[in-house]
Amino acid sequence: MSAAILSTATAPWVVERVRRDFPILDQQVHGYPLAYLDNAATTQKPRVVLDTLEHYYRHDNANVHRGVHLLAERATGDFEAARESVRRFINARSTREIVFVRGTTEAINLVASSFGQGLREGDEVILTAMEHHANIVPWQLLRERTGIVLRVLPITPAGELDLDALPGLFSTRTRLLAVTHASNALGTINPITDIVSVAREHEVPVLLDGAQAVPHLRVDVQALDCDFYAFSGHKLFGPTGIGVLYGRESMLEAMPPYQGGGEMIRTVSFEKTTFAGLPHRFEAGTPDIAGAIGLGRAIEYLEGLDWEAAMAHEARLLDHATQSLEEVPGLRIIGQARDKVALVSFVMDDVHPHDMGTILDHRGLAVRAGHHCAMPVMTYFRVPATSRASMAFYNTFEEIDRLADALRYARELLA
Amino acid sequence: MNEMSDLYQELILDHKRHPRNFREMPDATRAVDGHNPLCGDQLRLFVKVSDRRVEDVSFVGVGCAISMASASMLTEAVKGKTVEEAERLFADVHDLLTSAHPRTDPAALGNLGVLAGVHEYPMRVKCATLSWHTLDTALNTEEDSVTTE
Repeated sequence: MSAAILSTATAPWVVERVRRDFPILDQQVHGYPLAYLDNAATTQKPRVVLDTLEHYYRHDNANVHRGVHLLAERATGDFEAARESVRRFINARSTREIVFVRGTTEAINLVASSFGQGLREGDEVILTAMEHHANIVPWQLLRERTGIVLRVLPITPAGELDLDALPGLFSTRTRLLAVTHASNALGTINPITDIVSVAREHEVPVLLDGAQAVPHLRVDVQALDCDFYAFSGHKLFGPTGIGVLYGRESMLEAMPPYQGGGEMIRTVSFEKTTFAGLPHRFEAGTPDIAGAIGLGRAIEYLEGLDWEAAMAHEARLLDHATQSLEEVPGLRIIGQARDKVALVSFVMDDVHPHDMGTILDHRGLAVRAGHHCAMPVMTYFRVPATSRASMAFYNTFEEIDRLADALRYARELLA
Repeated sequence: MNEMSDLYQELILDHKRHPRNFREMPDATRAVDGHNPLCGDQLRLFVKVSDRRVEDVSFVGVGCAISMASASMLTEAVKGKTVEEAERLFADVHDLLTSAHPRTDPAALGNLGVLAGVHEYPMRVKCATLSWHTLDTALNTEEDSVTTE
């Protein structure tokens, strides 16, 4: 974790109290208390979010931006209030810059599809070898449509971006740099300020995949000076099916619509259609209204926490997990960056991650096993897959100790 | 500690640690790649069939304990069998692992009966059946690869 977070965090964090906000955590799995360590895949939802979803469907359900009746007014008001919560949370200048989408994946596809329409054969997009497939495949699809060229910034054995190689990737044809804020497979937090300043020298806009960063870092899109920022509600303690694309207003203004349909138009005739203003131009069809309102509630919940204390707790969990796992015989941690979010990816000699996942599950430990939708990362480290324990502020030191015990057991059993 | 011993039985662990017939076969009549893209397990199965009989069978690959042990046990079980007998074994193993109410008696399958434990781990069934689908593809089709998803 970064020094800035450590130095400001001194308040105590009462994990047992925060766990009571998450009803799902209180259950047994195969006879053990659930230890949910798969937060990079999706996070659990606090009770207030669950209640908000139910309340919406019980009392306020109506379509937004249309009806003149009271329910439509309430639904629209809550939906747009959620947009304002998102704006505040990432410090965007205006709600015109906040587009609701299904998730990070759709946000990046929106940019590849819409911003991508302005790209021509031979134009270049810079990606990195650390990206999730969601920030690779949309650009490959664009490459097939238009003949753009993809350039890839390599990573180092520690699992960091090789920043020395970055300036050499730019050319007069570079149109976009798309990079993850934090890696889902390695945990690495990338030095976005440095990266953006290099891109600025070449006057190239920057898209940040924030799926793994928003649950762990304070994100300020103005301070980051990025042009696009994509993230998912469900990794931020909100519902699935809702996500956010932040786009700098001047960028969004210049982009053609993404999908056509209701909600995104001003007037339609068979001769000519005029499109709605921002952000609705990019929100065709009925949105996930409940999801957006639920995400807004999740953000309010997070704003009500002592964030510095929560992040300090996560930093201690990461240190404890790193130390405990390094002591397990035969275990190797994949991703040793200086700056990491609270996740540990690892492999163990003679124990395949798939077997590991099953063995840990039977100890009540939920971890992810696989390639984490980041196959280029697996290829770089020459492993078919890893196991990944990813933490949130509601995890405990005892859960990490149970993980270390179970890893020793897995090795005894299989190696 | 004997938790999970229904899945990781001694026989399975023995095959995982010491896979049988783990080698390439230059004079194979068929070589088929089996791949489980969900977990990355991949193997190549070699068979030498003559007069409708599996004269030799071997494999190479990487994967979890269940997929490697299942492939290793497969090679022991089908070597020397007729193609029809091997197909019946495939059907029985498939039934044992995937049917809601298997009609196959694990005891009747000899060593392969230990795979019955996988039935209780739905997320792992494809690990155990990968090599068997690969065998089925080798014996019954002209395809050179098969994936389970």
